[in-house]
Amino acid sequence: MPLLGTLALWLAFLVGLWGAITGFVGGAQNRADLQQSARHATFALLAALATAVISLEIAIFRHDFSVAYVAGRTSRNLPTFYLWSALYSGQEGSLLFWAAVLSLFAVLAQVLTSRRYRAFLPYVAGVTSLVATFFVGVMLFAPANPFTRLPFTPLDGSGMNPQLQNPGMVFHPPMLYLGYISITIPFAFAIAALLTKKLDTEWMVAVRKWTIVSWLFLSIGLLIGMWWAYVELGWGGYWAWDPVENAALLPWLVMTAFLHSVMIQEKRGMLKKWNLALILGAWVLSIFGTFLTRSGVIASVHSFTESPVGYYFLGFLLFAVAACTVLYVTRLPLLEAEATLESILSREASFLFNNLLLIGLAFSVLWGTMFPIISEAVKGVKITYGPPTFNFVNIPLGLVLLLVTGIGPLIAWRRASPSNLKRQFAVPVTVGVFALLILLVAGMRDVGALLAFSFGAFVSGTVTQEFARGARARHRQYGEPTWLAVFQLLSRNRRRYGGYIVHIGIVLLFMGFAGMAFKTETEATLRPGETAELRGRDGHVYSFTHLGISQYNTLNRYVTAALLEVKRDGKAIGRLRTEKRQHVDALGNKTFEPSTEVGIMSGLRVDLYVVLAGLVSGTEEAVFRFTINPLVWWVWFGGFVLVIGGLIVLWPGGAPLASGPRARSQAGYAVKLEPAQ
Amino acid sequence: MKAGTKFALGAVLIVGSVGYLMASGIKQTGQYFLTPSELAQRVSADPSFYDLGLKVGARVVRGTVSKDVASQTMSFHITDGTVNYPVVYKGLPPDTFTDSAQVVVEGRLQRDGIIHATNVLAKCGSRYEAVPKA
Repeated sequence: MPLLGTLALWLAFLVGLWGAITGFVGGAQNRADLQQSARHATFALLAALATAVISLEIAIFRHDFSVAYVAGRTSRNLPTFYLWSALYSGQEGSLLFWAAVLSLFAVLAQVLTSRRYRAFLPYVAGVTSLVATFFVGVMLFAPANPFTRLPFTPLDGSGMNPQLQNPGMVFHPPMLYLGYISITIPFAFAIAALLTKKLDTEWMVAVRKWTIVSWLFLSIGLLIGMWWAYVELGWGGYWAWDPVENAALLPWLVMTAFLHSVMIQEKRGMLKKWNLALILGAWVLSIFGTFLTRSGVIASVHSFTESPVGYYFLGFLLFAVAACTVLYVTRLPLLEAEATLESILSREASFLFNNLLLIGLAFSVLWGTMFPIISEAVKGVKITYGPPTFNFVNIPLGLVLLLVTGIGPLIAWRRASPSNLKRQFAVPVTVGVFALLILLVAGMRDVGALLAFSFGAFVSGTVTQEFARGARARHRQYGEPTWLAVFQLLSRNRRRYGGYIVHIGIVLLFMGFAGMAFKTETEATLRPGETAELRGRDGHVYSFTHLGISQYNTLNRYVTAALLEVKRDGKAIGRLRTEKRQHVDALGNKTFEPSTEVGIMSGLRVDLYVVLAGLVSGTEEAVFRFTINPLVWWVWFGGFVLVIGGLIVLWPGGAPLASGPRARSQAGYAVKLEPAQ
Repeated sequence: MKAGTKFALGAVLIVGSVGYLMASGIKQTGQYFLTPSELAQRVSADPSFYDLGLKVGARVVRGTVSKDVASQTMSFHITDGTVNYPVVYKGLPPDTFTDSAQVVVEGRLQRDGIIHATNVLAKCGSRYEAVPKA
């Protein structure tokens, strides 16, 4: 099997090179035979890489410890559930996974793209093949070959890091990878459009769905990652501005900006340069993120061990940036706008501000991530840019962005009239101000949280008004009952109303984030029978009674578990269990440091979060950390709503997509602005 | 005023505030990240480095860790091979903290020559790889 895998990699390398050459040359010389060959090369590439993936999985499932990768990441007693994920749990395997998924997307792009965009496809095949070849090349030459064999065959492997042994491991990395990797398709189309000089808006319509796909996968990946960090790492939060979290957030922010600004190009023929730059930038950032995780330049919980792989990525990154810049600059004259901004009170202007904020946010995150390196190079001393700094910068920007989320949909395209503004803003602003007053009266004084909640109410007001008006119009026109009218709105104009649902998801996420301003925490050493009390900011007093410790062996670990009785204001509401786990190999030797299983009781108002920090040796006296995290549930629920909204936008079918001059003449979108009185 | 000009003003405002936030954010919340040798150097050159919030990256000296579970206080020494500082920390150490771990200690160096830590982060040299068998 390892031999087959290595052969498959070499085949993939050669086929990928061939696909890249035939794609670019065939496109440039307009030779049908080469173009056909490039298309077929993507199929062959997928076949070769799928063979390599299957070979590796077979080696993993058969416990073939003669393969270094298998021996280093799995063991005989690793639960089967996690065996499959060993594929991407280490450097070499994840490179293979990257390349294989990219080749799958490359084939889908060839097969699913409508014939209207046929001229782009050879270049798309060329770009995707080139990128995949790079990844395969790194495996073969860096070297980071997942099929490298050990000189001897160990009896057992050294196992998987316990922190990776969580259901999150099965879903989080693949989702994030799918998001990261699928950005290559819009990027390939952008390069194709630049090379063919077919820079009208049409190609963007062709790739819009792809960008939504990437955006959605990235969103899901980020959300599962947050959940995983929350339940597994035990520090009580879900986002730490870790360099690798940031690396995934960066393309997400840029793509969010693109998904908004592309509407301006479709409706008004503006922002062509900007949109193209956003797509190129999102892809470069995704490669940059891959570089960050693999090079060890920045310390992070996610980093793989340091290796020369980083230099390959740095080289590839520099090459890609240089090539994109040259291509982009030489095509600038072809990207002139067809219209100009008519008024600052217009949908266009509000989207532009939204874009500036998103990119500003992305820039500050990028700057903060790189800051320790920059400060060391410039001033000779490392200055940290930690979570406090990130929060200091990004919370205000995020709040303004939330506000703009509510403003944008209310303003007409081109130019809004004062009477129109009054009609549109009256209800949402009232809702927002009302929410602010209620919270002030209720005694909330945290400025950030106050703004988050009242802006959130404002955005919800905007979205509700949009749905209500649309439903009323349908009701009047077709006599549909309200529920049917709302359903029809969603199914007829998925992009717009699905987008609004995403906005609701964002509001819920912000509510959850704001809740963290009210977290309370205490640490206590308890003997069995003793109780610790903690007052939550929801006004209730929670008490935790230590019931006792149990210790036992299971599967691949020794478990020390503490059981606690939880009461709210003296009334029992349930039991919590938190564990310390010492993972062992099949011979009972300890592997890895002990890890913590957090005990969490989740509710709509607060999460009770308990960590067993350790035992006073030889006794049942235990050290605990108790945290009350308000509103965390709403982060997960908001994420769920956001994903549902994204899926509605993405769902095929619905009203035919208008594009080109016809749509632009209806530069309405504003149809919703029934004639102002 | 033309729409373009107004927009440019808005854009300058946004870009300006992003820049301002980043600059003042670093000023107010950024911390020096030093090795013990660098810290010793800076303190001797400029006593204002005493009692200044900073982070020190170093290795725990084997055999110096002592924990008092009842008061949840632990003390240990850190070193970069040349300079050695004692650390006192009240709180729970992370899972990955061992008596030879790479750590980042966040806190203040007091006049008594002890770093009073408010946070201790431990880095497992190879986070995703197994520990080598001894």
